[in-house]
Amino acid sequence: MLELDVRRRQGDFNLDVRLSAGPGVTALYGRSGSGKTSVINMVAGLARPDEGVIRVDGRMLFDSRAGIDLAPEARRLGYVFQEHRLFPHLSVRGNLEFGERLLPGSERTQSFDKVVQLLGIEHLLDRRPARLSGGEKQRVAIGRALLASPRILLMDEPLAALDPARKAELLPFIAQLARQFGVPILYVSHSMDEVLRLADTLALMDGGAVAASGPLESLMGDPGLRPLTGRYEAGAVIAAVVAGHDAGFGISRLAFDGGTLIVGRSELAVGAKVRVRIHARDVAIAIEAPERVSIRNVLPASVVSVAAADAFLVDVVLACGATRLWVQITALAQAQLNLMPGMRVHALIKALTIARGDVASVD
Amino acid sequence: MFTLTPLEIEALRLSLLVSFWAVAASLPFGVGCAWVLARLDFPGKAVVDGIIHLPLVLPPVVVGYGLLVVLGRRGVVGAWLHDWFGITLAFTWKGAAVASAVIAFPLMVRAIRLALEGVDRGLEQAARTLGCGPVRTFWSVTLPLMLPGVLTGVILGFARSLSEFGATITFVSNIPGETRTLPIALYALTQVPGGDEAAFRLCVISVVVAFAALLASEFLARRVQARLKG
Repeated sequence: MLELDVRRRQGDFNLDVRLSAGPGVTALYGRSGSGKTSVINMVAGLARPDEGVIRVDGRMLFDSRAGIDLAPEARRLGYVFQEHRLFPHLSVRGNLEFGERLLPGSERTQSFDKVVQLLGIEHLLDRRPARLSGGEKQRVAIGRALLASPRILLMDEPLAALDPARKAELLPFIAQLARQFGVPILYVSHSMDEVLRLADTLALMDGGAVAASGPLESLMGDPGLRPLTGRYEAGAVIAAVVAGHDAGFGISRLAFDGGTLIVGRSELAVGAKVRVRIHARDVAIAIEAPERVSIRNVLPASVVSVAAADAFLVDVVLACGATRLWVQITALAQAQLNLMPGMRVHALIKALTIARGDVASVD
Repeated sequence: MFTLTPLEIEALRLSLLVSFWAVAASLPFGVGCAWVLARLDFPGKAVVDGIIHLPLVLPPVVVGYGLLVVLGRRGVVGAWLHDWFGITLAFTWKGAAVASAVIAFPLMVRAIRLALEGVDRGLEQAARTLGCGPVRTFWSVTLPLMLPGVLTGVILGFARSLSEFGATITFVSNIPGETRTLPIALYALTQVPGGDEAAFRLCVISVVVAFAALLASEFLARRVQARLKG
């Protein structure tokens, strides 16, 4: 558990950040220049807050009033940098053991063999970093940080320097980390795709402060936060379970609190927990359930809120069971339907609008 | 067959001895100075930098005379060294080593500083986050990474020491078996009639030793680089 309440002035830029990160993955998301990396550096002890407190598992790492400022090496945090920062003069094994060796055996919480096996780097142990691919380097860097038995793993855009193929190769490893090794992760990113794939908790950073934080699904479905989550990304994220596949028609069924969703065929196993992104522009609203319609997902819902997004666009939030759906309709449509909170409606979602990339495994 | 005369063996032995100790004794200070210049910012840094580089631009005779004044038997520091530790530098091979060290120091510091400035501080930060304290980080990360530059500094310093003449002859004079190194022996030979052949032989020896040092440094630097590249 990380608790942070710090202020720092950097030139003309003021950071004033309050944040707490529990188990699982907490994503710190924001535009570049919003202060994300400064936050993670302050946690690691590589940058010094002007004032405030930083606490991990109840242990004070920094407290300006009490004059506490632990050196980076005394903080017991793992840091995976954007660039791998592997030691070029040491072999992969030497790099992995670097932090582990500095710990007495009784304080080591991670096993070398398990880390190496899970990251799939057994065959690289005798190589030098210079002879690894970008993805391999970053895997070794993750292993090195993990083997220092950190109380929290800090990751600063670990995929940003990689090409899309390497990113796709590394994402599943990172997704497994928090669960497999029981280490909370603070993950800095400006990529919504990564955040949606990895994060349990989301903290949105803007102008040097945390503008909002909470469970990913509730933040993503909140039109009020759209300036921060990004215009292109407008849409809800819902938690679901793969309920079944229909190979004959090439579709999959996802069960969520509020009904069943039919989507294009997914490769995921039945029972897999997934996170589905539904773009606000892809959802339509019908007052009465339409009959004989091509749209496969017709979900009974009730209107939670209606608000103008701009002059021509209206944001509507629907409750579908316990799940929130975010819908964008034209001002013209709203003028004719006159949606109001509390109204019973139907949400219409074409199966084809939910692409494979919108369904991500969270196991 | 090229056999060395006793005089040549003695001069060569002295040159190697003096140069070895000049480099060995000043290396830790060289690394220290390089670190201070590369990593710290303090008022008066330019002055410190200038003082370290002074022997590079001063006539060596001036340096030698300065050493004589300060470290000679009656010099401020020299008298103290003699009275308290029984150490005499003036007119001994140890004094020759000191003179060589002072002259070679700026070259060594420059090379090491350059190497230190080339070390990615991000790697040091990474080491710190992995639980490694600053001193240990220097030994296990910084120093190995700047090793090629340290090597260059050592060879440069060694070569400069081998060729040291002006400061040495001023500070410790020309004493056979004690301070008569290769360049001084060579100079002495050129001052007596009929010394041409012997002088030429010393020239050849000097060239061979210097060349060997350069080749050795190149070889070592390549090996270190290859290690880093895996």
